[in-house]
Amino acid sequence: MSRLAAKFEEFSKTGRKALIPFITAGDPNPDFTVPMMHAMVAAGADIIELGVPFSDPMAEGPVIQRACERALTHKMSLRRVLIMASQFREKDQQTPLVLMGYVNPIEAMGYEGFANAAQRADIDGVITVDLPPEEGEEYVALLKAREIDPIFLLAPNISDERIKKVAAAGSGYLYYVSLKGVTGAGHLNTAEVEIKLKQIRANAALPVTIGFGVKDAETAKIIAGLGDGVIVGSALVSKIEANQDDVEIARSEIVKLLTSMRQAIDS
Amino acid sequence: MTEKYSMPDERGHFGPYGGMFVADTLMPPIQELNAAYQQYLKDPDFITELDTDLKHYVGRPSPLYHAERWSRELGGAQIYLKREDLNHTGAHKVNNTVGQALLAKRMGKTRIIAETGAGQHGVATATVAARLGLECVVYMGSVDVARQSLNVYRMKLLGAKVVAVESGSKTLKDALNEALRDWVTNVDNTFYIIGTVAGPHPYPAMVRDFQAIIGREAKQQCQDQAGRLPDALVACVGGGSNAIGLFYPFIDDKSVKMFGVEAAGDGIETGRHSAPLCAGRPGVLHGNRTYLMEDEDGEIIETHSISAGLDYPGVGPEHAWLKDIGRVEYVNITDNQALEGFHALTKMEGIIPALESSHAMAYAMKLAPTMKTDEIIIVNLSGRGDKDMHTMAQREGIEL
Repeated sequence: MSRLAAKFEEFSKTGRKALIPFITAGDPNPDFTVPMMHAMVAAGADIIELGVPFSDPMAEGPVIQRACERALTHKMSLRRVLIMASQFREKDQQTPLVLMGYVNPIEAMGYEGFANAAQRADIDGVITVDLPPEEGEEYVALLKAREIDPIFLLAPNISDERIKKVAAAGSGYLYYVSLKGVTGAGHLNTAEVEIKLKQIRANAALPVTIGFGVKDAETAKIIAGLGDGVIVGSALVSKIEANQDDVEIARSEIVKLLTSMRQAIDS
Repeated sequence: MTEKYSMPDERGHFGPYGGMFVADTLMPPIQELNAAYQQYLKDPDFITELDTDLKHYVGRPSPLYHAERWSRELGGAQIYLKREDLNHTGAHKVNNTVGQALLAKRMGKTRIIAETGAGQHGVATATVAARLGLECVVYMGSVDVARQSLNVYRMKLLGAKVVAVESGSKTLKDALNEALRDWVTNVDNTFYIIGTVAGPHPYPAMVRDFQAIIGREAKQQCQDQAGRLPDALVACVGGGSNAIGLFYPFIDDKSVKMFGVEAAGDGIETGRHSAPLCAGRPGVLHGNRTYLMEDEDGEIIETHSISAGLDYPGVGPEHAWLKDIGRVEYVNITDNQALEGFHALTKMEGIIPALESSHAMAYAMKLAPTMKTDEIIIVNLSGRGDKDMHTMAQREGIEL
């Protein structure tokens, strides 16, 4: 059983909701990332999503676009992200680690080469934003053969048929994007999310995490109540952006936000 | 090729290229668009309305003009120019925007968005949006906004909102990213008019089908004027819509050679160019697999060309396929060579071409002398050069 599956199985017994922070690897500089990952685990993160910087992050809002640009000025690359993952694993063999990025860097490495490298780096899951199940059959099979979970996004405008298709291709968990559009956007309509979650549950057995729009402890708690976990990305990356010149402040702000989210979710 | 050419497959693949590489948020609108397109493609009312607009609004058919003086000067093949520069708005782009706007209207969309590089597609989109009374937002890299200020002004006059994109390299690819972001955020009321044969399926096939009128007309006009098929076709390739529009109706005519001309910028060897087919490799960007300009880690690298319309790191997936099967030969022309083409056509024929089209002119100047005087080259004069006066004047040290 994959680390992610084991984690969610455990949570289904204890009732714990997964808190899943996202940061972009190498933002604001490469030295920041691995210590930040450990600090996020200490603050209550159950799973970590690590963004792989890409020059053309089409599904991201301005906050994560700029994070990608900052990371790329330090010549971050998929290969270097995999090295960071291995460094993280030296001290932490428990926390599932998920990479999130775009398919072109993976194509450049080759699907099989990437699957092998991800296995060596002990990666648990991969979200490949612009690789839907239709285009990713070979890729998904290569990941699954190595017990790496291919994780797919579900959009608000999705049909029953498509939920079934995505759930069949994916494993680990499903990532429901609770707002139409790009990361870090607009307002959150919880009633709408609730209805959508019912539809997803009726068509898919995988755990469902919810992201895009989680800003603070209060929204984290509400969202956690609707699904199996909450993903918080842009809110954390904003802290990094606001404190690029003093990364210690960025780190403590992120820890503070995650700690408050953890407490709110568990209360 | 012994069988009739019939690309793409139903999911938009041209061999290994093309496809639908998009985030799941985009899947429903793309499927909706594809269904509508497949439906109206066969709808006689739609076709009639499109043909009427192309005739009375765009001014089609565009002439096929025998550039006799220039041909004589070059001393080889007879050069015929397909005069897309004479279309309303001054380039081939309008063939596609008229088609997509009619589709948007049929689908009940009230808001149009577009990306633009040189601004020709933005102007062509703003034009049709104005005519149909639709809200229009055009995304344009801030670098392009600066070098194509005339077209920015035209778009604003037409009632479009022009958004200067400051992310990434601030050029066409970033404008496309931003337009895709707008689309996923506003899918309910918004139609995204992509200007070239790129993007996820069905765009590469749909834009080609709207542009293929160029080649259909040219084929008929060549028959009427010369009594036979041409021997060669030449067109510039950025995303590749004017080229595929000319080439597509000739793909099964094996005697017709085809040349796609990429922008070599400062020269392929300098790395400062926009020639993915000549010097890139396959990857995935903007929803399709195609040849790209990228580094060894798969990050997209910045492109360079004197012509904003060719300044794009990818190329339509059908061109990638036509390259691999050897049906089209892809060549390249530097900035300086393009300027020679620009001046030659201007002086010899009294026609000022766009800098994009000047790349095709420059290649025709190389090709014609290698051919016999009874052979025929059709060169796509995809746009007129008015928009490039500032760039040209600046390059030649003249203050306007």
